[in-house]
Amino acid sequence: MAYIEARGLRKTYGATVALDGIDLEVEDGRILGLIGPNGAGKTTALNAIVGLTPYEGHLNVLGRNPWTERDQLMRDVCFIADVAVLPRWIRASQALDYVAGVHPRFDRAKAEAFLAQTTIRPTSKVRELSKGMVTQLHLAIVMAIDARLLVLDEPTLGLDLLYRKQFYDSLLDDYFERSRTVVVATHQVEEVQHILTDVVFLDRGRIVLHRSMEEVESQYREVLVHPDKLATARTLHPIHERQAVGRSILLFEGLDRQQLAGLGEVRTPSVTDLFVAVVGGQGDTR
Amino acid sequence: MKTHEEDGSNGVADGEGIRGAAIPGAFGGTRGSAMNSAESGISPLRPLYWSVRRELWENRSIYVAPLAVAAVFLVGFFIGLIRFSERMRAAAALGPLQRQEAIEQPYVFVAIMLMAIALIVGVVYCLDALYGDRRDRSILFWKSLPVSDVTTVLSKASIPILVLPLVTFLVTVATQFIMLLVSSVVLAAAGMSATALWTHVPFFEVSVTNFLHVVVFHGIWYAPFYGWLLLASAWAKRAPLLWATLPPVAIGVVERIAFNTSHFAATLQYRLFGSMESDAPADKMTMDMLEFGPLGQFLTSPGLWVGLVVTAVFLTAATRLHRSRGPI
Repeated sequence: MAYIEARGLRKTYGATVALDGIDLEVEDGRILGLIGPNGAGKTTALNAIVGLTPYEGHLNVLGRNPWTERDQLMRDVCFIADVAVLPRWIRASQALDYVAGVHPRFDRAKAEAFLAQTTIRPTSKVRELSKGMVTQLHLAIVMAIDARLLVLDEPTLGLDLLYRKQFYDSLLDDYFERSRTVVVATHQVEEVQHILTDVVFLDRGRIVLHRSMEEVESQYREVLVHPDKLATARTLHPIHERQAVGRSILLFEGLDRQQLAGLGEVRTPSVTDLFVAVVGGQGDTR
Repeated sequence: MKTHEEDGSNGVADGEGIRGAAIPGAFGGTRGSAMNSAESGISPLRPLYWSVRRELWENRSIYVAPLAVAAVFLVGFFIGLIRFSERMRAAAALGPLQRQEAIEQPYVFVAIMLMAIALIVGVVYCLDALYGDRRDRSILFWKSLPVSDVTTVLSKASIPILVLPLVTFLVTVATQFIMLLVSSVVLAAAGMSATALWTHVPFFEVSVTNFLHVVVFHGIWYAPFYGWLLLASAWAKRAPLLWATLPPVAIGVVERIAFNTSHFAATLQYRLFGSMESDAPADKMTMDMLEFGPLGQFLTSPGLWVGLVVTAVFLTAATRLHRSRGPI
């Protein structure tokens, strides 16, 4: 069964179309990266999935309608919007008390063990913590919930590099421990690409690309073309061309390694490069 | 931090020493610890209970404000006790009505003061209740937990309608009891009997009256106002106080200009102040015990029930708004 099943998902704010008919299926055990520029509709899509916003079209998450059954759904779904959503007045111990009080799948001992490894004291108020520590606290809560689906919306926004890396490392560790399903939206592609199993590019409310990482690796090739082979390479219909350190780098779709080997050094493109090729390329013609 | 090396489980070690507050990568020894077994047996009242506690954590003024008022009042009262025995002697010379008034006056005064502060705290609380969470974005955290919007709104409505009146009642009773006790000691020290004091301020009866005033009257009778304020606080993108006050003023003005009547203003005025002059139970701020009859009358009065229906309508609307509103 697909954990998330969206068909013709649409959302408008007045004349602005935030989601323009999205079809998406996320199976159990996938880590899906939702990648797009600002205003592409990532947050709107995630808000719809966790029942924070009404929408048009069909959306089913873990067998439930998120808009009408948010409170039930949230027993199985964890959501981190961004780092700044814990109320500033709450103490770490109160946050744990509250979640333990309302959440049937919260393991308080686990959260406390997590916090014991940080410098956060139980009596610390959120307003006294640094941004990174607030994220640790939120992560401690979320990691101690035995959820089936984890939804993250720019969870590391505004954090420095170390906290960002540690955030995703913790997440990854937990993923292999329990094999959860994760949907993470970000425009900082490079920091999540190594944990993803699937990638979705969203642009102006539409899905412009949805591939598993295996498909990305087997379907896309990036070639550092020898200057004298450039004309030949261009006849093979590259989907994108860019310049780096005096060399032309061409991105090809659906061509195999043998066809390209003679043109130059062949490698698998990073998700960032693919994103620039697929989304940025369209952007040029805006 | 120190446990991290023993934990030895993951790849976040880099940068640990620099930061001193790393995100731990794993749960170490707690892995596989028993999950919460309350899974299916969670009572629907549990989220409500914890949500009310949550409100008390966030808004400590709910109990701090009445306690502070009581403390300030007691300080003044104790200072006044220096000349208390003289005043009791003087009171003894007065006629029965004036004597009653003179003796019970500070007890009535503190009760009114505490009611007033409860009202102020209630209004301030309601205006921020569904607005503050959106302004500081914490609504995204609260909504990520399995607590329904109905539970959230009910927990917030219960503060001015139930919790504040109960707190006010308890603080009032405790303050009055301390006043009576200390006064009695002062009188005894001056070699006078405290009997007159306890007859004019019968503690138990005063407390029952107070319960009716504060809990029944202030809570239930004013419920529609609190419901309206919560609705304004769920609606407003800014300045909930303006959203709460301008629409009623506008309705009053339009009615005045269009029909040259003021039924709406009169209804509001009756709801706010009028019942004190009418037959409703809290008709006068004395501590007379002749209020039980009107209590029955109050509970069967259409005004009370219409008010509760209006409250329900406001709270339903506030719930719907809270459900679709995000951070501002």
